[in-house]
Parts: sequence; structure tokens; C-alpha cells
Amino acid sequence: MIVLPLLCVALQLCMAVAGACFASRPSGRMVVYGGSLVISAATLLIALFSLAAAPSDTVLPLGLPWTGAHFHLDPLAAFFLAVVGLGSAGACLYALGYGRHEHEPQRVLPFYPLFLAGLNLVVIAADAFSFLFAWELMSLASWALVMSHHREGDNAHAGYVYIVMASFSGLALLLCFGVLAGASGDYSFAAIGATHLSPGVATLALVLALIGAGSKAGVVPLHAWLPLAHPAAPSHVSALMSGVMTKVAVYGFIRIAFDLLGIPAWWSATIVLAVGGITAVLGVLYALMEHDLKRLLAYHTVENIGIIFIGLGLAMAFRANALTSAAALGLTAALFHVFNHSVFKSLLFFGAGAVQTATGERDMDHLGGLIHRMPKTAFAFLIGCMAISALPPLNGFVSEWLTFQAILLHPNLPQWGLKLAIPADGALLALSAALAAACFVKAFGITFLGRPRTRTAADARETDRFSLQAMFAFAGLCLLAGILPGMVIDLLAPVTQALIGAHMPTQLDVAWLSIIPVASARSSYNGLLVFVFIAASASLTVLAIHRFASHAVRRAPPWDCGFPDPRPETQYTGGSFAQPIRRVYGATVFRTQETVTMPLPGELTAARIEKHLTDTVWAAFYAPVATVIWRLAELLNVLQFLTIRRYLGFVFAALVILLLALALWQ
Amino acid sequence: MIGGLIVQGLQMLLVLLLAPLLTGLVRKVKARLQRRRGPSLIQPYRDLRRLLSKDVVLAENASWLFRVAPYVIFATTWVAAALVPTFATGLVFSWSGDLIAITALLGSARFAQALAAMDIGTSFGGIGASREMMIASLAEPAMLMIVLSVALIVGSTQLSTIADHMAFANVGLRVSLGLALIAFVVVALAENARIPVDNPATHLELTMVHEAMVLEYSGRHLAMIELAAALKLLLYISVIGCIFFPFGLAESYLVGLLCYLVKLTFAGVLLGVFEMSIAKMRVFRVPNFLGAALMLGLLGVLLLFVSEGM
Repeated sequence: MIVLPLLCVALQLCMAVAGACFASRPSGRMVVYGGSLVISAATLLIALFSLAAAPSDTVLPLGLPWTGAHFHLDPLAAFFLAVVGLGSAGACLYALGYGRHEHEPQRVLPFYPLFLAGLNLVVIAADAFSFLFAWELMSLASWALVMSHHREGDNAHAGYVYIVMASFSGLALLLCFGVLAGASGDYSFAAIGATHLSPGVATLALVLALIGAGSKAGVVPLHAWLPLAHPAAPSHVSALMSGVMTKVAVYGFIRIAFDLLGIPAWWSATIVLAVGGITAVLGVLYALMEHDLKRLLAYHTVENIGIIFIGLGLAMAFRANALTSAAALGLTAALFHVFNHSVFKSLLFFGAGAVQTATGERDMDHLGGLIHRMPKTAFAFLIGCMAISALPPLNGFVSEWLTFQAILLHPNLPQWGLKLAIPADGALLALSAALAAACFVKAFGITFLGRPRTRTAADARETDRFSLQAMFAFAGLCLLAGILPGMVIDLLAPVTQALIGAHMPTQLDVAWLSIIPVASARSSYNGLLVFVFIAASASLTVLAIHRFASHAVRRAPPWDCGFPDPRPETQYTGGSFAQPIRRVYGATVFRTQETVTMPLPGELTAARIEKHLTDTVWAAFYAPVATVIWRLAELLNVLQFLTIRRYLGFVFAALVILLLALALWQ
Repeated sequence: MIGGLIVQGLQMLLVLLLAPLLTGLVRKVKARLQRRRGPSLIQPYRDLRRLLSKDVVLAENASWLFRVAPYVIFATTWVAAALVPTFATGLVFSWSGDLIAITALLGSARFAQALAAMDIGTSFGGIGASREMMIASLAEPAMLMIVLSVALIVGSTQLSTIADHMAFANVGLRVSLGLALIAFVVVALAENARIPVDNPATHLELTMVHEAMVLEYSGRHLAMIELAAALKLLLYISVIGCIFFPFGLAESYLVGLLCYLVKLTFAGVLLGVFEMSIAKMRVFRVPNFLGAALMLGLLGVLLLFVSEGM
């Protein structure tokens, strides 16, 4: 089976060449996106079929001459390959329509298939060299895509921050694999998995993996590049970066923490749990403060990564105590959320891209009322908003519910540290879920509801057919995975079985398609019945009321307590919607400062409110590093304008020092 | 199976029929405490009938979402109420959602309500929606902490199992349960827009939260929202009754029903007295109030460990 995904990667590379050749022609878009769509759909099918199949391996004579490139397709790789395939198929379909608005296709078309190839390769790579090669391919191709509109706004800065963080992530992973392979120097995953590591080394490797994979996934405080780079890219690439690439990073972490490392000590789970909880809450608070639609979505990805890491941390805690069925529940919850987030975040980025092409705006304070002008986009976007806010009967709720069920199992753990840390994480998870709902009421309400705030918003037109198809397909998936969660859970069973040695009880056998994570007396949920109940009672009520009571409608001006103001500026904006939340949480998290300047009586100037938010994470982690580098650069600046004689002198001195060091060493 | 379905259907009808009566009772108690005679107990039914027979006056720029939202709000609240055991445990469909799902279903209703409030683009809609979401961002975690501490005692989040366990097993008086009860009452007051968090009777602009969100609604749409609000109050009282005072739930249906009616009356009178005896808070003092509920919930969880560790 491993041959087929490799073949798909090879075909994607051909597409990259085709993209470079045909980029300037109008047909280039159809060739590249259409071809990639077919290949991605094929990848998805292959991955789904190989989920339950036996693992298969191969070694290709590529890469380093004395090792060769190892590839494998086990259930974990197959699951993530399916996520990559699904996300990229959707993005390709969307791009068939969206790509029409691209002014410089030669800056996008060659790199897009290359990016897809990188995503696929990371998942199937089975030795450290090919893994890192694919990881860097993924980073560089996506960097090129981020820089495709490098003259606009802050995109060049975004690309700079992204490439720095991507190099940092690559460095951490390189060190991690160096620690893992140890003295034996065999870099294939099979050999790494077989070696037994001392606890100290294992923890070091885990922390390096958390830094390396976490900075790619967007774990706080390593998330700074996400809200810059994701919005800068074209929207289908943003969808891939937010929906799929962060999941590939999660794959990297799972591969190291659950497969290569053996079973880490219990207290290393507390690190993951703490990071997950903080990431979830800070991510959503940052998202709430944002009024750029795509930046809001990018920050919100940070929140979902936090939720995934909470699930992973739970799985690690249970696994360290040999509570395998509880660990399987935690891991299933995390993987389910990986799938869910890749679906609804892609959908939301598609919607944001449609809004951007229709109005030329990403700032939601310049939008409004789009539900009238773009009804279909609005509907699909609404489904995405509801799913991501964890509302039943959609899919986001199921994975968060499963995470809670895993949290409720924590009294079985013997360690006090975990017993106290996990309920606190539960509170953080609940807080982030509730804030996410607020965040998406804001995102949908300000962008699509109300009255248009600008001319462009008032004149927006519905987006094209392909984009709508992609959005509706993903919206349908959100509903389907929400009402039939048992199917997804059963598909995940081979993955948890392979990693942990246990899986959740088979769900499709349960009567009425309920899901029962542990025991029926403990908890159960039936998305299908909840959906049918809501639909049935709503339609019955509508029927009864329209039949027996009034069904007349009269249109009139808005009431608004008797003083409606027709100017659209009187509506709530993104900033004013977030004001109560900013006031409650902002003082500690953002060190918010609000100053109100009231004019004196008789003065005719307007009153002003000025708010100032500090990005505490940037101020605490990034600014000092930047300052140190700046100082060093200033110090070294004298070396820049010397004569050739002095440079030769330096070279000579360096040589002497190295030789001396070598002599002393031996 | 058929009998179970009938009982389930009866329960759904019962909550629907009792909800306006409960609202009427609370209003009556408040009126009597103000030495007014007050409207009759069945006034809420009359209001609903009047609203249902009137035309809907729709703002000119209202979208489909504004017209669909009342039915979504009503249906999700009704389904959530149907999952709570009122006069008997072990209802047929009680396993299709646990306490977390019920909380989340009410969250769906709130989501729809907040969006509908923003649809017309008036400043009152915005003020209501943003404050409601701020209050919910504190009330929901508090609610889940309560669920956590109850689930730790019982080992289940399923309301039927919780009620059975609380009624039969020797739970005894626990500090954690007491803390959870206080936190739950605080959350219930906030979620149902009662004093001191919000005032259901106000139309004073700057103090409104829930009323600001439904300002543009009229006719049958308003009737649906009012009924959903009444259902939500009944639901919270039922959950409190089911977790903390599970008397009569395991007896025959008739005894269960009588106990349920007594519980509702008691809770309604208490709510009326409580609302009359305190003043409404400023909006920005609400976070302290709800934050206290969150901390009580968390404290309850920690105390459980301490008590079990000894």
C-alpha cells in the first residue's frame, strides 16, 4: 500500500513542474488545481482503505546514500494522510474558483503542489532524515506561498517572522532526533523506537519535540507567526496552513511522544496539559480582540491546538499509569478534534476568502449585512461557526465532549499532581469553549449580520460555484461527523490500538447509533437523535403555529427602543462587541489601558475612547530575544568595514585557535 | 417500549405546559411582596395566546436568520428540557444526552439568540449580544465545574443515574455538594437573566441584557422566545431538583409528579422572595459574582480529593 501514496507524491511533484510551465496561461489554474484535486482525492481513498490494513514499509534509494529513504504507512500515518487528503482536496476544489482572482498565478501555482507533496511526505516518512527533509519542504513551499503577495501590507514582515520560526522549529526537531537516535546513529524510526532511553534523555527529547512540533502547530508562546503568516497567504493556502499543516505538526508530536519515545514518565504529561490549557485560553482571547477576519481565524487555530494538546496530555497521563482504555479515550478525543478542526477551519477560511474576493476587505469593521448579498456563503460560514463553537448537534461538540469524558476519568490516577492539574485543565477547556462561542458570534455577527458599513460591503456579490461546492461539502461533513460520531470513533480504533494497545468500545454496535465512551450508566450521547429531535420539534412548532395561529408578516422600520438611527456607524463593531470581555479578562492578559477623553461643557470636539493592548507573550518572549540580537549585531557591526588584511588576519587567528583546540582536545 | 415513549411524550408536554405557570407564580410572588395584587397565575398563557394571534412586525432589513432563530431557540431549549428527569428517572431518551450535552444545547440556543440580536444592526441588539456572551463565558465554565464535582461523587454525567445515586446511595451531607448547590444557583440566576444579574422586567436601556436581545421581536416570534425563556427557568429548577433533592423520583409516577409540583412551587416562591430582597448589580460586577461560582465549583472538586484522601 505504501507505494500508492508515494506515487501520489510523485504526481504532485509533476504538478509542480506543470504549474511552473503553464502558470502564465489561463488553463494553468485548471490543470494544477484540477490535477491536485484528483490526486488528493486518491490519497484520501488510499488512506481510508489502509487505516485498518497491516502496516507496510519501503526503502527508496533516495536521500543520504548510506541510509536510503524509509517510508511507512501504519494506522497513525494513514489517519493523518486522510486528514491531509481531505483538506487538500477541499482546498483544490475551492481554488478552482478562487484562483481566478489571483493576479500573479506564477507566484502560486508552482509552489502549491510542492506544498501538498511536502504535507504528504511528512506523514509517510519513516526516518529522521526524510522526515526533516519533508518538514522543511513543507515549510519552504508554504513560505513561498505566504510571500506570493509580498508587496501588500505587512506580508513581507509576516514572511520574515514565519521563516525564522520555521527554522527554529526545524532546529528543535533536528536536535530532538539527534537525542533520540543517540550514539547508535541509526535514524530510521523502527530503530529509534526499539532503543530504550533513560528517563532524563526521554524528557529532553519530549520537550524538544514539544518545542519543534509545537511551534509549527502554534502552541503558546511559539504561536507568534500564525496570525501573521496565515492571513498573508491566499485563502486556499491559509485554509491548508491552518487546517492541515498545523495537524501535520500535531502528527509529528504524536509520532515522537507516543511511538518513538516509548512511555514517558507521568510528570511529563503535566507539561503537555499545562501548555494545552494555556494555549486554548490565550488563543481564543487573542482571537476575540482581533477585527481582521483571517487573523481572528488564525488566532483561533491556536485555541484548537490547545484543545488537541489537552487531549494528548490526558492520553499521556493515563498511558503512563497503564490505564490504557482511558488513554485510548483521550487520544481518540484529540484525533477526533484534529479531524474536526481540519474540516471547519478550512471551511471558515474558504468563507473568509469568499468575503475577501467579494468585497476586497478583511477588516470586519468595514463589512456587515453580507447575509443578504452572499446568502449561500453566509449559511456555510454559519455552520462552520456553530461547529467550531462546540454546539450540538455538530461535530465540534463531540470531540470536546469526549475530552471532558476523559477528564472525568482522572480520579483513577494515583498521582496528586495530575489529580489537581486535570480539573484545572477542565476549567480552562470549558472557559475556552465558552469564549469560542463569543468569538464566533462576533465573527459572524459583525461580518454577515447587521447593516453594511461600507459601499463595498453593500455591493458584494455571491461567490463562484466551485468555492460554494467546497464550502458546502465541508459544512455537510461537519453535520455528518456530528450526528454519526460513532463512525469516526470506530475509524480511529486501529490508530489507538497501534499506539496504546487499546481502543474505545466499538460504537456502531450500540443501539440507535449512540456513543458510549466508557459505560452506558456513566455517559452517552446521541447526536443523531438530538438532531432529529431539534429538527422535528422545530418543524412541528412552525407547522402548528402557521396552521392554527397567525402567519402574517408586516415589514416596518426597526424599533430600537423608539430611536432607530439609520447610520451604520451606530452598530456594534468588532471592538465594541469584545469590550465586556476585554474588560473582564484583558486587564491581566493584555494589560489593557482604556482612556476616555470627554470634552468640557461647551466644547464642540467629539469624546474619544482610546484603548491600548499589550501583546504580553510578544513582550515577554520575543522582544527580549530581538533586543539581544540587535545589541549583538550593533557590537559586531565594527567587523563589517575592515580592510582585506584584517579579514585575512581574522581567518588566520580562527585557524590557529581551532588547531589549538584540536591539539588540546587530544 | 411504547409505554416508555408515551411517558417521554407526556414529560415533554408537561414541561411545556408547566413552564408559563412557573413564570406566572414567580411574578405573583413578587407582586404580593410589593403589596400589589399582581396579574393572575395564568396571565403568561394569555400573553402567549395574544402574541401568537398577532401579526409579526419585522424590521425592514431582517434576514432569514432573524425569522428562523425563535424556532431554533425554542426547539433546542425544549429538547434540553426533555432530557431532564422531572417526575421519573430512566426516560427512554434520557441517554441521548447527558448534563454536558444539556448545557451545550442551551449554549446553542444562546448562540442563535445572540446572532438574531445582531441581525437588525441596532445598537441595543449589539449591547445585549455582547453582554450575554460575556456572562456566558463565565457561567458555562462554572456550570462544567459543578458537573465535574457531581460526576466525581456519582461517577456519571447522566442525569438519571445521578438522581438514582443521590436518592439511594448513602451520599450523606458533603461540603462539596453544598458548594456545588450554591454555585449552581448562581449560574441558574445568571443563565435565566434574573436579578441580580439581569432584570426580566426592565426596559431601562442600559441595564438590559436579555430584553435588549429580544427588543426587535414581536408576535409569534416573541411568543416562542418567551416560552423558551420560561422553559429554561423550569429546566434549571428541574436539574437542581433532580441532582440535589431527588425526592420522589424513584416512586410511582403519581408520587413523582406530586413531589415535582411541590419542588417547582417551592423553588418559584423562593426565587420570587430572593429577587425582591436584593438589588440588581452593575454589569461589570457580574464577573465577580459568577467568578465566585466558578471558584466554588473548583473548590468543591478539590475538597472532594482532600476528603477522599483522608
